[in-house]
Amino acid sequence: MDGGMIATTQSLVRFVGVQKTYDGEHLVVKSLDLDIRKGEFLTLLGPSGSGKTTCLMMLAGFEVPTHGEIFLGDRSIKNTPPHKRDIGMVFQNYALFPHLTIEENVAFPLSVRGVPKAEAKSRVADALKMIKLEHVATRHPGQLSGGQQQRVALARALVFNPALVLMDEPLGALDKRLREHMQLEIKRLHETMGITVVYVTHDQGEALTMSDRIAVFNDGIVQQIDRPDALYERPVNSFVANFIGESNVLNGTVENIEHGYARVALDAGGSVLALAVNVAGPGARTSLSVRPERVAISTGDDGDPAFNRLPATLTDLIYLGDHTLAMLAVPGNDEFMVKLPAGAHAGLAQGQAVTIAFRPEDCRALDPV
Amino acid sequence: MTAAFVAGADVPLKRRLRRAERARQFRALGLVLPLLLFLLFTFVGPIAGMIWRSVDDWEVPQVLPHTVAALSSWNGQGLPDEPAYAALARDLQAARASGSIGVAAKRLNYVVNGYRTVLTSTARNLKALPEPGTAKDTLIGINPAWGEHAHWAAIRSASGPVTSYYLLAAVDLTRDPDGAIIASPEDQAIYRDVFGRTFAIGFGVTALCLILGFPVAYLLANLPTAQSNLLMIFVLLPFWTSLLVRTCAWIVILQSEGIVNGSLQWLGLIDEPLRLIYNRFGVYMAMTHVLLPFMILPLYSVMRSISPAYMRAAASLGAPPATAFFRIYLPQTIPGIGAGCLLVFILAIGYYITPALVGGAGDQMISAFIAFYTTETVNWGLASALGAVLLLSTLVLALVYGKLALGRQTTGGLKS
Repeated sequence: MDGGMIATTQSLVRFVGVQKTYDGEHLVVKSLDLDIRKGEFLTLLGPSGSGKTTCLMMLAGFEVPTHGEIFLGDRSIKNTPPHKRDIGMVFQNYALFPHLTIEENVAFPLSVRGVPKAEAKSRVADALKMIKLEHVATRHPGQLSGGQQQRVALARALVFNPALVLMDEPLGALDKRLREHMQLEIKRLHETMGITVVYVTHDQGEALTMSDRIAVFNDGIVQQIDRPDALYERPVNSFVANFIGESNVLNGTVENIEHGYARVALDAGGSVLALAVNVAGPGARTSLSVRPERVAISTGDDGDPAFNRLPATLTDLIYLGDHTLAMLAVPGNDEFMVKLPAGAHAGLAQGQAVTIAFRPEDCRALDPV
Repeated sequence: MTAAFVAGADVPLKRRLRRAERARQFRALGLVLPLLLFLLFTFVGPIAGMIWRSVDDWEVPQVLPHTVAALSSWNGQGLPDEPAYAALARDLQAARASGSIGVAAKRLNYVVNGYRTVLTSTARNLKALPEPGTAKDTLIGINPAWGEHAHWAAIRSASGPVTSYYLLAAVDLTRDPDGAIIASPEDQAIYRDVFGRTFAIGFGVTALCLILGFPVAYLLANLPTAQSNLLMIFVLLPFWTSLLVRTCAWIVILQSEGIVNGSLQWLGLIDEPLRLIYNRFGVYMAMTHVLLPFMILPLYSVMRSISPAYMRAAASLGAPPATAFFRIYLPQTIPGIGAGCLLVFILAIGYYITPALVGGAGDQMISAFIAFYTTETVNWGLASALGAVLLLSTLVLALVYGKLALGRQTTGGLKS
C-alpha cells in the first residue's frame, strides 16, 4: 500500500477513500474517509439509505468496497474474510442461534477458536454475570424476552475480547423504556471494558446519549463527524442542523460578510445578522438555522439592540410539562418553533402579535436547503 | 359492575369459560367435519378393512360349516371320527349344489398343495350321501387323501374365524400340521427379500433425493425472488406431467438405443451399450427424479425461515464457512430434512408403476406383489397381509424418526 497511509497508533480503523455501489450506477457510499479511534464509541447516524449500514457491513466483511481501503490497526482488511477479522457484531434482530442454549450461544465464538473447555466455561459464566443473566444459561433464545436476548447477543459479541464491536441498530426492536435502559447498559459496558464500539442507528436521541463521537451520514457522504454537543450546537450544514434536534429555517441572500458574521436579507423581508458558517460570499443564497430554545418572545419592542428581531404571530401554545412549545408564524416560516421554559408562557395568548429575538451567534448561516 | 360478578359467582370460573368456548369449538368442528368424514371413508375405513382381511378366515367356515363344527371336538391327533366324515360329505354335497366349492378349495390349496383337486374330485364322485356309518370308508374310497392327517389338519387350521396364516406368510413363516410356527418352504420364502429390497430402494432413493435436493433448496431459499421463482417453476415442472409419461421418458433416454447410450457410443467412449434400464440403476434414476420435489419443497420452506443473519453472526463470531454451515445452518434445517426424508421414503416404498416399468425382475418392490395378489390371483388375504406388514414397518420407522428428532435438541457450543 501507499507508504503515507500507515495508520497512527491511536486510530484503530481507517476508511480511506471508500466507495460502494451495488448496481454499478449509483454510489451508496460516495467517498468515505473515516478514522475510528481506539476505545471510542462512534455512532454512524443517518436516515435509512444514507449508507451507514453499508459502511458497517464493509467493516464487518459482509460487503466488499468497490474502491478504497479499510485498515484495521495497520493492516488492510479488504481481503480478510469476516471470520478472520476478529470483530464482534450485534445484529438488529439479535441473531441468537435458536437451536443452542444461551450458554452455548455465548460459548460459540470461544469454541470455534479452540479455547479449552474449562476456560471457555468460566469466561461464559463471567460474560453472563456481566449482563446479569446467569439464571437463564440453560434456556433457549426463544424463551427469553427481547431485552434479555439483546443482552445475550452483547455478551456473545464481547466474550472473545474482539478489538472492535459493531452494533447494527441493536435496540431497534425494543420498546422505548427498555431501549433507554439498554442504552445506559451498553454505555456502561463500553466504559468498564474499554472496548471500541461502532454503532449504527437512525435514532438521534440514542446517538446523543451514548456516543463519544457521531458521524452524520446522508446521501453516501459523512456530513459531519464530531462530539454530540458540537454537532448540536455547531452544525456545519443544513442537513445536520435539521437532522439533529429541532431547527427553525429562514431563507435569504447574503448581503455582506464581516468578521465572520453575515448580513442576510430574508426573502420575506427584514434583515438578520448570522454566523457565517457555510456560505460562499455576498450574493449567495443561504438558509439560516436557529434552535428553538435560543429564541425569546417579547410582547414589546424593547430589549438588547444586538439581538435580531422579527415580527411574529403566536399561532399555538403546546404545554409539554417541563417546557412549553410556542408555534409562531414568522414571515417566510409559518411553523417557527420556540421552546419556553416552564412557566414562561404566562401572558401569551393565541393570535397575539409578538416579537421574536435571537442573538447573531445563535443563528447559523448554512448552505441553502 | 360488582353485581355481575356476584351474579355468576356460584358457577366456577372454569366452567363459565368452557361454556363460552363451546360455541367456538363447535364451529371449528363444523369446519373440519367434511374432511373428517371424507378421511374416515377413504382412508381409515379401507386401512381397517385391509387389516381385517389380512386375518379374516371366512371361506372354509362358510362352505364347510358342519365339518368345521364336527372338527371342533377333534384333538388334532390321527384321523377324526366318523361324524366328521359324514359332516364333510354333507357339506360337499351342499357346496356342489351351490357352486361354492371353489372358494374353499382355493383357501385349502394355500395350506396343502393339490387340495383343490382332492376337494373337487371328491365332490364330483360323491353321487349320494353315504349310508350312516360308512362315510369314512366312502370318502377314503373316493380319494385316499381323506385318510391322511394333513388334509384334515388343513381344514382345522382354516376353520376361522381368524387366521395368522397370511401374516405369517408375508414374513416367510408358516405352520406345520401340528400348528408350530416354522420357516416357509424355500420356494415360497420370498417376501423378506422383497421387503428388504423395498426398504433398500426406499433408503437409496431418499439419500439420493437429499444429496441432490439440499443444494437446490438452499439456492431456492437464498436467490433473489425473481430468479428463485424461475427455479421453483423448474422444480415443480415434474408435477405437471403424468408419472407414466415421466417414467416412459426415462425409458426413451436410458434404453440400449436411447439418447445416453447413443451419445456415448457416438463419442467413442463405449463400444457396447451400457445397461442403464431394466435394472436397479434405472429404478433409482427414475424414482429419484419423480420424488425429488417432495424433498426440495419441505427443505425449501424450512430454509426460507432461516435468517441469513445467523450465518453472518457465525462468521462475525469467528466461524469459518464450513464450521458455520455444520454447526449453525445444518442443525436448523433438521426439521426440513426429517420431513423431506420421511415423505420421500414413505412414498418410495409404496412405489409400483416406476419399478414395474424401468426395473428388472429382481427390482420389483412389495407393491408389485400386492398388486399381483389383488388383481391376478385374487388372494386378498395375502395382499392385505403384505400391506399390513408394510404399514407396520412404516409406522415403526416414523416413530423411530419422531424419537430421534425429539432426542437431538441441542448440539454444539460447550458440548461439542
